[in-house]
Amino acid sequence: MTKQVQVASDDAVRELLWDALAEVPDPEMPVVNLVELGIIREIEITDNSTRITITPTFAACPAYEVMTEQIIEKASAAGASRVEVSVRHDPPWTSDWISAAAREKLRKIGITPPGHHHGNISEILLEPVECPYCGSKNTSLQNSFGTTACRMIYTCRNCKEPFEFFKPL
Amino acid sequence: MNPNLAKYLIALADDELICGHRLSEWTGHAPILEEDIAFANLALDEIGHARLWLELSAVQGDEDVEKAPDKQVFFRKAEQFRNIQMLELPNGDWAFSMLRQYLFDSLESVRLGNLKNSSEKTLAEIANKIAIEETYHLRHSQAWMKRLALGTEESAMRSQRALDALWPYTKQLGVEIEGEAELVGEGITFSSADIENQWREQVEPFLGDDCELKIPDISDTPILTRSVHTEHLENLLGDMQEVARIEPEGTW
Repeated sequence: MTKQVQVASDDAVRELLWDALAEVPDPEMPVVNLVELGIIREIEITDNSTRITITPTFAACPAYEVMTEQIIEKASAAGASRVEVSVRHDPPWTSDWISAAAREKLRKIGITPPGHHHGNISEILLEPVECPYCGSKNTSLQNSFGTTACRMIYTCRNCKEPFEFFKPL
Repeated sequence: MNPNLAKYLIALADDELICGHRLSEWTGHAPILEEDIAFANLALDEIGHARLWLELSAVQGDEDVEKAPDKQVFFRKAEQFRNIQMLELPNGDWAFSMLRQYLFDSLESVRLGNLKNSSEKTLAEIANKIAIEETYHLRHSQAWMKRLALGTEESAMRSQRALDALWPYTKQLGVEIEGEAELVGEGITFSSADIENQWREQVEPFLGDDCELKIPDISDTPILTRSVHTEHLENLLGDMQEVARIEPEGTW
């Protein structure tokens, strides 16, 4: 009987932590959080410690250390004890993990989210990229590299606005 | 723990690190703004990849994973570095830097493609992770090489001049990396000589046919090991290590 109670309470704590971590904004795109970007992969609770596993987007993402600090801070504030953050690269992070809600938020700040590519990046890069402002597909790539490791720069030929495209990864 | 693998990974990390440092030197100097941004991004990626390899090397060499990477980067002397010479040469003109980038990006593509099949799980995972990011690097340098080599008379001339200068250094791609013989036997890594051959099969048709460049004859070029460096590496390290050496215990 005690065991059952223990399991239920761990689940409840985990649920609470997932909610807490959904309040950690991406340091470079604060409108979206780490849970909806798919960066937080797993929360494990043992007797007296909490292990949070993350999969960073780009290997060299400079926001990684800030993220780790914020994860520890939020999880601790939500009552987790001895929080450890560990990194997992298998499977590697993919833009396919970005949730539908996060995709909408990105579009609103002028970043077109990538379509689902199921691992075939080269193919999806051949498809036209839709302008987040006017919806036109008549757009052109200005630079495969942008303001952060995960974005490319485009301009729209229809409404003439520059915008960014979240790199399919 | 595997000391041979620890040594092997230092060579991979040094290639990434030295390449990343040279790329970073273009920041603020690239011919157009877009490329300034691109090279800064490429530099960031390569240095990030170096860090992953250095961390794995620390694990395999039973060293402190937190401290070992900085120690390797900032406190080794030139003769202790194991990068290929091509990457330490000064940046030269834009054609030289772009061609070198293409040569290295395609080496990465072939080498990581092999290492994805390593019997060492973490090595295979990291190779796979880096390979995905490198897709963008190779696309970029390939597109630029075509534009430069097939562009104006001057850009074609500069591309050919860069190829003449860089091509002899490609002899070094196939030299055995320290620790390699044992690792290949265990299926952990793959023969550098085989990787060089696979690389030539991709690169020669691209440069010779698609870019219409003339591939120099390098049959008489001597092959140097990865412990031999030009004086340029020492100068590069002078810049890269200066601050860390002034204040070794400094925190940021």
